[in-house]
Amino acid sequence: MITTLEEKPHVPAAPRKRKVPGWAVGLLGVAGAIVLLSVTSYQTGFLQLTSSGTTQTAVRLALPILLAGLGGLWAERAGVVNIGLEGMMIMGTWGAAWAGYQWGPWAAVIAAVVFGALGGLLHAIATVSFGVNHIVSGVAINLLGAGLTKYLSTLIFEPLSHNPRQSPPVQPFETYSAAGLADWLGELEQGQRLIISDVAGILRGLVTGVSPLTMLTILLVPLSYYLLWRTRFGLRLRSVGENPHAADSLGVKVYFHKYVAVIVSGALAGLGGAALVLNAGQLSYLEGQTGGRGFIGLAAMIFGNWRPGGLLGGAALFGYADGLQLRSGGETVLALVYGVVLLLGVIVVWQLIKRRWFSAAAAIVVAVLLYLLYISLDEIPSEFVSYAPHMVTLAVLAVASQRLRMPAADGVVYRRG
Amino acid sequence: MGNLRGKLLPPALAIVFSMLLCGLALVISGANPLSAFGAMVTQVGKGTTLVDIINSTGIYYIAALAVAIGFQMNLFNIGVEGQYRVAAVVAAVVGGSIALPPGIHTLVIIIVGALAGAAWAAIPAILKVTRGVNEVISTIMMNGLAIGFSAYLIRRDVFGELRGNNIRTPEIPSSGWMPGISFGGSGTMFGFLFVAVALGIGYWIMMNRTRFGFELRASGESSTAASAGGVNAKKMVLVSMLLSGAIAGLIGLPEMLGRDHTFSLNFTAGIGFSGIAIALLGRNHPGGIAFGALLWAFLDKSGLALDNVGVPREIVTIMQGSIVLSVVVAYEVVRRVELAAEQRRVGRELGTVGGAA
Repeated sequence: MITTLEEKPHVPAAPRKRKVPGWAVGLLGVAGAIVLLSVTSYQTGFLQLTSSGTTQTAVRLALPILLAGLGGLWAERAGVVNIGLEGMMIMGTWGAAWAGYQWGPWAAVIAAVVFGALGGLLHAIATVSFGVNHIVSGVAINLLGAGLTKYLSTLIFEPLSHNPRQSPPVQPFETYSAAGLADWLGELEQGQRLIISDVAGILRGLVTGVSPLTMLTILLVPLSYYLLWRTRFGLRLRSVGENPHAADSLGVKVYFHKYVAVIVSGALAGLGGAALVLNAGQLSYLEGQTGGRGFIGLAAMIFGNWRPGGLLGGAALFGYADGLQLRSGGETVLALVYGVVLLLGVIVVWQLIKRRWFSAAAAIVVAVLLYLLYISLDEIPSEFVSYAPHMVTLAVLAVASQRLRMPAADGVVYRRG
Repeated sequence: MGNLRGKLLPPALAIVFSMLLCGLALVISGANPLSAFGAMVTQVGKGTTLVDIINSTGIYYIAALAVAIGFQMNLFNIGVEGQYRVAAVVAAVVGGSIALPPGIHTLVIIIVGALAGAAWAAIPAILKVTRGVNEVISTIMMNGLAIGFSAYLIRRDVFGELRGNNIRTPEIPSSGWMPGISFGGSGTMFGFLFVAVALGIGYWIMMNRTRFGFELRASGESSTAASAGGVNAKKMVLVSMLLSGAIAGLIGLPEMLGRDHTFSLNFTAGIGFSGIAIALLGRNHPGGIAFGALLWAFLDKSGLALDNVGVPREIVTIMQGSIVLSVVVAYEVVRRVELAAEQRRVGRELGTVGGAA
């Protein structure tokens, strides 16, 4: 995000040689998370932690966050901070509902993308062409998006749904399930065997009731990675976010790349809005439906250190916490605290091996505190579970802000000449 | 040179542009913009609208002052929204559970509100000065947490109670209320408005007549120059953030002390974001902010009349949004034009007319 001069990391750390490639780290992380959840669920007796139902809900809730986060990634990689994701997402929800009740789910997706992209275009005009402060423009777009949709839904939805805050119902996507596979996994899940049943439960949740939008969203992650990190266009786009003056001197069209990035960012946020509207639970536009998910997407992006893989992890984590709360309430979420204590235990051992005494001591203190919390409470109040992403993000920023690496010219207004 | 023009032209341009834009939107949706605008103006004289506008101006004014203190040194306190919510619920809980003589009770509630707002702002402030965490992200996260925290505090098994269909904190006894000025059938003006005026005067004195204000503005103009001049940047961030949070803590109090006497689920949300817009419109100047707050309040309260002429009143929200966006664009355009004029003037005086300038 925006930094003043003295906050910037003084010297870019010398590129460390990575022994393990990124995808392997990701796989190890997933495996570690599954083992952790599995052990936690057997220790605490909360089998819902890895049930297929929880996974299914988690996926549904993670989609909008993931899309908003991808939107943030595109804009910030080109050096434009996009606080307006929330407003663009709201515009997406309205567009999806408006096209969705008339022409079906695919039209909803397209309209949401277009509406979101219009929001992105506005942000690009303000920040890139007119050099308006990115935060200011984003705040204005959030206000504008909320106002515009309220106005339009009173005007267009109210005569049909007799409620200015809700649209007529939208036709959902057909969902697909890998029937044979899901049944087999279901049997495994019932078996109650350590790890195997848990993996089966999670996989079963992933292959049941999958909508085309889910597949599209999941595909967008590797696609964004490919476009931004493996093509000439992506290299230019990222160079604009790192050092626009240098990029300009090499003949990169800075304004063009920023415009494309911010418009794509808006389109992705709008698609996130469509994911909310086409959600099996709601199937219509509701005022206040986004509920700050644009900001949570931003949080997921920061959690993922401005990388698509990390972003996916962040969105999965936040969606999972939300899904667990929705499916099985605060007691089960408390079991997660136990899982975090276990995780901290592993971290302590690791830090001791590495002879980092201070970090180890800090981790022990946090673990003991969390354990005391775990044994003294019956459940986590539902009011707080919904805001777990916010707490996790603050914790990540507080603990690891020195290790996060955002684009160097992120939030800096660039003027040609 | 053109100083006043440079200050007044952009907001005027922005308001005219936004009115045209909204007028166009109305024409497209089949309404008459002139009758809509006429309805809004005549609404001011009806019922309690005028007093409502004045009350709401005061609330917006406090919110914009809170934001402006941060803006003076390029600190984006997006968290005013969360700070005033937490402060309001804490002040309501404390105010409803203590018994003190009139006057002192009110004063204690005000102080508690300011302290609670400052405390909520202290978290991002400390994260910023110790860990270098950007305040925009941390305050956005704190806004989310504030919603959860306040919802938790008014739970029935914590501090809340059920009254009718609404969960709220226990009512503040009348010794803690702040009397207003009654206009009979035209409504009652909040007594807290005098606090708002005092805050505005205090803000002006602090910015223009004290060393702290000078250092604050200097840090905003150039943080490197300020620190070279002996200004402690970290201290400035901490103090201005806490001050901003303390003022934000007062935003909820006019309504609470003057009308509601409790914090409930119907609590007015979104004033913090309006405050950002108004501070931008008023360019952090106490007079400009007052004008912006008045405009916002007028749009909000007179907008109710639009429903009578068949126009969704949400059009005023669009208008507010487009005013913010177009005013910042207009400031930027005017700044560029003046910069170019300045360059030409310097070129002329140096006798290099027709040069690169």
